[in-house]
Amino acid sequence: MAAYALSTRGLTKRFPGVLALDGVDFGVRPGEVHALIGENGAGKSTLIKVLTGVYAPDEGEVLHGGEPVSFGTPLAAQRAGISTIYQEVNLVPLMSVARNLFLGREPRGRLGLIDFARMHRESERTLREYGVHTDVRRPLGELGVGAQQMVALARAVSVDARVVVMDEPTSSLEPREVETLFGVIRRLRADGVAVVYVSHRLDELYEVCDAVTVLRDGRVVHTGPLKGLERLKLVSLMLGREIGEVRAEGTTKFGGDHEAASAEPVLKAEGLRVPHQLHGVSFAVRPGEVLGLGGLLGSGRTETAKAVAGALTPSAGRVTVAGSPVRTGSPGAAVRAGISLLPEDRKSEGVVPGLSVRENIALAVLPRLSRAGLVSEARIDALVRTFMDRLRIKASSPHQKAGELSGGNQQKVLLARWLATEPRVLLLDEPTRGIDVGAKAEVQRLVDELAADGLGVLLISSDLEELIEGSDRVVVLRDGAVVGELTGDDVTEDRLMEAIAAAAEEEPVTEVPAASVPATSEDEGAPDVTPEGGGSPAGQLTPHDGESAAPDPLSAPQERKETPHG
Amino acid sequence: MAEATALTRTAPDRSAVYAWLQAYGVYAGVAVLLLFNVAFTDHFLSAENFRTQAVQVAPILIVALGMALAIGSEGIDLSVGSVMALSTSLVALYLGWGPWTALAAAVLGGVAVGLVNGSLIAFVGVQPIVATLALMVGGRGLALVLVPQLEDVRDPGMRNLGSGDLLGVPYPVLVTVALVVLVAFTVRRTTFGRQLLAIGDSRPAARLAGLPVRRVLLCVYAASGVLAAVAGFLATARLQASDPTSLGTLMELSAITAVVVGGTPLSGGRVRIGGTVAGAVLIQLLTATLIKHDLPPSWTQIAQAVVIVLAVYAARERGKR
Repeated sequence: MAAYALSTRGLTKRFPGVLALDGVDFGVRPGEVHALIGENGAGKSTLIKVLTGVYAPDEGEVLHGGEPVSFGTPLAAQRAGISTIYQEVNLVPLMSVARNLFLGREPRGRLGLIDFARMHRESERTLREYGVHTDVRRPLGELGVGAQQMVALARAVSVDARVVVMDEPTSSLEPREVETLFGVIRRLRADGVAVVYVSHRLDELYEVCDAVTVLRDGRVVHTGPLKGLERLKLVSLMLGREIGEVRAEGTTKFGGDHEAASAEPVLKAEGLRVPHQLHGVSFAVRPGEVLGLGGLLGSGRTETAKAVAGALTPSAGRVTVAGSPVRTGSPGAAVRAGISLLPEDRKSEGVVPGLSVRENIALAVLPRLSRAGLVSEARIDALVRTFMDRLRIKASSPHQKAGELSGGNQQKVLLARWLATEPRVLLLDEPTRGIDVGAKAEVQRLVDELAADGLGVLLISSDLEELIEGSDRVVVLRDGAVVGELTGDDVTEDRLMEAIAAAAEEEPVTEVPAASVPATSEDEGAPDVTPEGGGSPAGQLTPHDGESAAPDPLSAPQERKETPHG
Repeated sequence: MAEATALTRTAPDRSAVYAWLQAYGVYAGVAVLLLFNVAFTDHFLSAENFRTQAVQVAPILIVALGMALAIGSEGIDLSVGSVMALSTSLVALYLGWGPWTALAAAVLGGVAVGLVNGSLIAFVGVQPIVATLALMVGGRGLALVLVPQLEDVRDPGMRNLGSGDLLGVPYPVLVTVALVVLVAFTVRRTTFGRQLLAIGDSRPAARLAGLPVRRVLLCVYAASGVLAAVAGFLATARLQASDPTSLGTLMELSAITAVVVGGTPLSGGRVRIGGTVAGAVLIQLLTATLIKHDLPPSWTQIAQAVVIVLAVYAARERGKR
């Protein structure tokens, strides 16, 4: 077997109070795609950062081509042929796409000036291979997150990397883009590049990875080929739980449907328009119902949630909560009306990283916990204790900075902040993205409970399984307009993909997208009607019940592998 | 193995040292200067000297309190020196109605400037450094329009406020102490304070959490304006003159220095009032020490620069791993 391209021996890394890596032996061979998995806090990110020169190990060593190395800086690692693609795009948004692609190695013409014509030509050619068709002179920031990720990938790969480390590269990609990415990965493998692939999505691992290393609590608990390793076994290794337990609980923690059909909508959005983003979006959420928002990246899901929550100012349209209109464009007004948004970008729009967990939880309810502007510490303590217990937020103390928590716990802190406001509507934009399996399950279970308690929930998720299992009804968006709705038995991955695909065939986009839509601003009265005429009351229908849990991949791991989903 | 373990120990220690320096370095600096002066400066340990130092530091400190709020909200207020000038002009104009009327006029002037700053920042979306720069230029202009040249301030009430004392503690010092307590309390215990820190740390997150971002920012700059106006009033009372040409010049820089040296990060989200007090005292002691030892005033500026660089260095190193 070939020698390792990059490996570690007895790697240990400590942070104040935490043993992040504990004697980790890890290695990836040329031409191998090696999955690195584990729950949040297992040490994946730390391992990557040590591999790529961001952190220096406390003990042990990194071997590059068999030789011990210490990179010291990410640049040194890059020079040695180790490229990293981080979860968040690390490029310069204001510079053009082409400049970003060639940053630091621009083609020079005579006089040492940048040869823009060549740069643009080569950029376009390179990016086409990655399925990005765009004007490379435009600032990178104008591209969607998925396309930006592709640019980052193209950049990382084109610097002649021998090892490529990908930290959750698909977390903001569309299924189509994921396919492109996998194509690139397979090509890299054929070229003998070693790929370290970090992801929470098991389907992807089985599709593209050869070997797997499972980390738990800073230790390697399993390493070996992926083939023949049962999916269920993998999950149980990650969680450190018995297989039976995992099987009993399934992958998502969503229960059945909620009885909501008869009630009056708690949230109604009518004809929401945001220039260039939304073209008359209408929908209604009833108390106790989880309404899914389906659609591709850029279809207006996030914008819809933001417009409802006042984070985007709509140019037209109405939002009502339990019949009373809410002033649009004001997050404060939305919060007071009982609308809570768990934003997609929880790091920059969700938690306040420098404040403690305690302050973060209390943030939105401060006025309610104060008298004459003076904060009551005792009441905050009581509130924080309640929610930290109820949501099982893991922090060293309520005074730990929220920014130091793992993604899952940050998300729980945000949920706690909103639940403290006693909301009537919860808008969840990618609530489980980038959080570990355990926390994901908890968040999903919580959403279920909240809906059962009568909250109206709007769920956005690019994880189809989560969207389907979590939602009672799904409204499908495309190009900022509602193009379909699934109810009852139609809430399945297949029907959802059909709805998205059907809509996507209506290219070119130039026609008014709202034309085929039942619920536009001209037709505000009936946002609940299904275009397919299915119209069966959602409450009576269970797309999956406990026995015939067909969409549950863990009870049927073998079939699952073949399922071409996403 | 032993070597690796040793490395392990030094790495966190370094960052811990800088963390300590950022948080407490300013107190250590003050202590060092005090000890140095006790040892080498004649008559340093006299009540009279302490009174002088305290009275001199009062305006810087009061202005720095407002600056700390602005910086905590991830902003800055460059207009404070000009607000002091405007304040002294208004005092000269309204002293005829008595010192309290003059104080009220000065404070109203400060509020007005602060509200303009705050509106530009919160509603128009101008960057704080630009908005307050405009007011820094315009404010002094307005002050000079109101009172074109130095005017003596001859009012027994004013003189008493500037030079009188209660049980040996000069009035300006009492006022300063009261304001320090008030601002510290506001930052720690009020909704406003918490909201300010959240906004300073992450404005998008604070906005989405439904916080009244604009109102808070408006209040921050209004408060900074009021504090600068009070500082201008006290300075006028002490100097027995209204001199809008020079009063408060470069005060914004001294205030920023006090705040930054005191460990409040320029990136917002954090306000250290204790550190700010120590920062102002440090600058004052540094100046006094150099003057007492017959070094030219320009040395003070160089010394200040060194202190600023050290403070920023400690803050930066602390962030590293």
